[in-house]
Amino acid sequence: MAICRPQSEAELAASIAAARTPLAIRGGGTRGFAPQVCCDDLDVTALRGISLYEPGALTIVADAGTPLVDVQAALAAKGQQLAFEPMDHRGLLGTTGEPTIGGVVAGNISGPRRIQAGACRDFLLGVRFVDGTGRIIKNGGRVMKNVTGYDLVKLLAGSFGTLGVLSEVALKVLAISETQVSVVARGLSDRQGVAMLTRALGSPFDVTGAAHLACVAGNTTTMIRLEGFTDSVAYRADRLATLLADFGDISIDNDGENVAAQWAALRDVREFSNRPGDVWRISVKPSDGPLVGDRMHKITRAQIIYDLGGGLVWLLVPAGTDVRRALADIDGHARLERASDPKFATFASQGPVLDKVSGALREKFDPRGILNPGLMG
Amino acid sequence: MPEPDSGILQRKDEIVRALQAVLAHSDVIAEPLETRAYECDGLSAYRCPPLAVVLPTSTEEVAEVLKLCHREKIPVVPRGSGTSLSGGALPTADSIVLGVSKLTQVLEVDFDNRFIRVQSGRTNLSVSDAVGAEGFFYAPDPSSQLACAIAGNIAMNSGGAHCLKYGVTTNNLLGVRVVLMDGTIVDIGGPMLDAPGLDLLGVICGSEGQLGVVTEATLRILPKPEGARPVLIGFDSAESAGACVGDIIRSGILPVAIEFMDRACIRATDAFSGAGYPDVEAMLIIEVEGAQAEIDAVMEKITICAARHDPVEIRQSASEGESARIWAGRKAAFGAMGQISDYMCLDGTIPVSQLPQVLRRIAALSDRYGLNVANVFHAGDGNMHPLILYDANKPGDLQTCEEMGEDILKLCVEVGGCLTGEHGVGVEKRDMMAAQYTDDDMRSQMAVKDVFDPGWLLNPAKVFPLTVSAGHRIATGG
Repeated sequence: MAICRPQSEAELAASIAAARTPLAIRGGGTRGFAPQVCCDDLDVTALRGISLYEPGALTIVADAGTPLVDVQAALAAKGQQLAFEPMDHRGLLGTTGEPTIGGVVAGNISGPRRIQAGACRDFLLGVRFVDGTGRIIKNGGRVMKNVTGYDLVKLLAGSFGTLGVLSEVALKVLAISETQVSVVARGLSDRQGVAMLTRALGSPFDVTGAAHLACVAGNTTTMIRLEGFTDSVAYRADRLATLLADFGDISIDNDGENVAAQWAALRDVREFSNRPGDVWRISVKPSDGPLVGDRMHKITRAQIIYDLGGGLVWLLVPAGTDVRRALADIDGHARLERASDPKFATFASQGPVLDKVSGALREKFDPRGILNPGLMG
Repeated sequence: MPEPDSGILQRKDEIVRALQAVLAHSDVIAEPLETRAYECDGLSAYRCPPLAVVLPTSTEEVAEVLKLCHREKIPVVPRGSGTSLSGGALPTADSIVLGVSKLTQVLEVDFDNRFIRVQSGRTNLSVSDAVGAEGFFYAPDPSSQLACAIAGNIAMNSGGAHCLKYGVTTNNLLGVRVVLMDGTIVDIGGPMLDAPGLDLLGVICGSEGQLGVVTEATLRILPKPEGARPVLIGFDSAESAGACVGDIIRSGILPVAIEFMDRACIRATDAFSGAGYPDVEAMLIIEVEGAQAEIDAVMEKITICAARHDPVEIRQSASEGESARIWAGRKAAFGAMGQISDYMCLDGTIPVSQLPQVLRRIAALSDRYGLNVANVFHAGDGNMHPLILYDANKPGDLQTCEEMGEDILKLCVEVGGCLTGEHGVGVEKRDMMAAQYTDDDMRSQMAVKDVFDPGWLLNPAKVFPLTVSAGHRIATGG
């Protein structure tokens, strides 16, 4: 196995065009994906640097291998952030390395604020990438609204390198809120917890996080995040606490540092770090979240975190549990995030028609099948 | 447009009979007098009656029509309400227009999970109306929202005045039922947030009806804010207004909308709609949402920003009636301009930081070409709508106008922007695509078309320059 580390987009294109073996594309390597077939490593971390940052236009452009921390530090210096709150997988997956902005985009990695602000794909304004034949392609641009031609930007976000290797990404950014608070209830059942999140999300108080942590039975935490200007947050927290009063004792956590730490821990699913078992990520209609929980409790010992108002269920289950079979009749899909034994595919099928379409797209973008082969299907 | 297929034209009667075999007779329109109603969309400079028009009443009927056209290799032009400003629904003489105007039902409303599922012919505004009583709304709000269909919104990835905060169609679209050209019916996405694999929904949205016919859509609905209030800020120069926009955004405020109008547009619109706008060189309409006290606080911050740019007037709306008039005026701007002159509406987007420079250069182009320009646009996200005024009855004026339009759009691309922010490429900007994209860039987009519609039958001759798409169309028999 050889390692190739291009120093520029042109070198990246040349090395893909010249590749004779499949390539395992690596940013920081924090996802720990193991190639399905024998691959050479294609390391993109030498493509780094922020080429444009305009705070007044809420726009940043960076090479794909730029460490995420560099992007975040540049933004923070101007009071801005990546509002989709990308998760850091290192704790959960026990990996090392430095997450890159390209890796975040390739995986469409988004955190709790996805419920209000959107996912990484919603903030992605433009990409440059090299397809499987070595052609350099750009799509989108650096402006907020752009419907010129097809939106390959969305298609590339979350394509995990299987359509092309990202060389540059342009992202919309937002201001860091002046204040953030959590409105918290404890001891609710999963069903009550999700009901409380539902009521909050249906209110006009602009909720930016809605999670129910049921990792420890009988000691659950239901938390709702509010962000914005200080007076506005105080007003909304007060109104929300009143609206939710019948769910029990509602407290408001005003300690900004503590609030930030709790949502970061949720974002990174730290509760499941260093604990044995498989970790699954289940996407369902939010009101079906508790149904997923019930079903899993019935068949096994499961630890559960509900994020995105119940629409994202993180499961920690004994190794080898067939989660997809257990949930087969619930509309949604399950992605295997961590497993000791690769017994199940990471990605769920999208059904025969869409699997065929996706396969045909991969064949067009990567006719030799050399980009992360087998990773997505 | 390419030459129509004479074989198809000759077989018109036979094709109409075949369509009548799968649809009710009243849902197939073939009389030349009636197909004329479908000869153009909102870009009325281009016209061509189609071979026939079909108005199916179910997804299954759409599938039957597409199967037939696929088998017979007949081009199909999908049509929502026909409000496209880029010729997105312009027929070819050998095409069947497939209108979704009879697919208007609300199929499911789920307030707990915050979505609505509708048939795609439903109008944009009527989606919000269907959930308004429960305190919800559908965020994308194109100016044509009274008439435009969700199908067209999805095809063009439409925006609107309030997308600065809420995003455009693609950010509010959860799922679609789509019929592929071979008649396959497939659901993509749904009430859950993420796709299991490739984000196919993301590429369907904005594909200008060239990948499939969307018959149902699952849309995200949002709780209405407690209140909203616009403020009008007048300036004695467009550059001051442009600089003020950047200043507000940098300060951490994200209003739901920042709209810009220049004097030409303000005067026409005010006379037309009685909006009560100040008579100034440039005006911003900035809308803030929340409870009254929150709005007051944010308005104060906006006022402080504005004060740094020598405003000549700052006027907050004092009542709901006044707010409604302010917005009615903005949304009527194109119509108002249409009353005083023929115009061509551009839709380029630029980085917000380039606003002052671009406004200056558009004014210079206006001098050079001798045509007046009125500016009205979404300033917060840099989506410009320069209206070039011309006289359709004056020989050569339209051509001069189109040349000037091209120069303005090239300017948008030059400063880091794009040809179209929300109207789509259609036929209007098809031949300008090379200003923004290389042949390789376009080939990678056309590869998606090759997968979904290998015969290149859906919405033909749009989006990609014919010279660039020729190889694909021939290779695949389209």
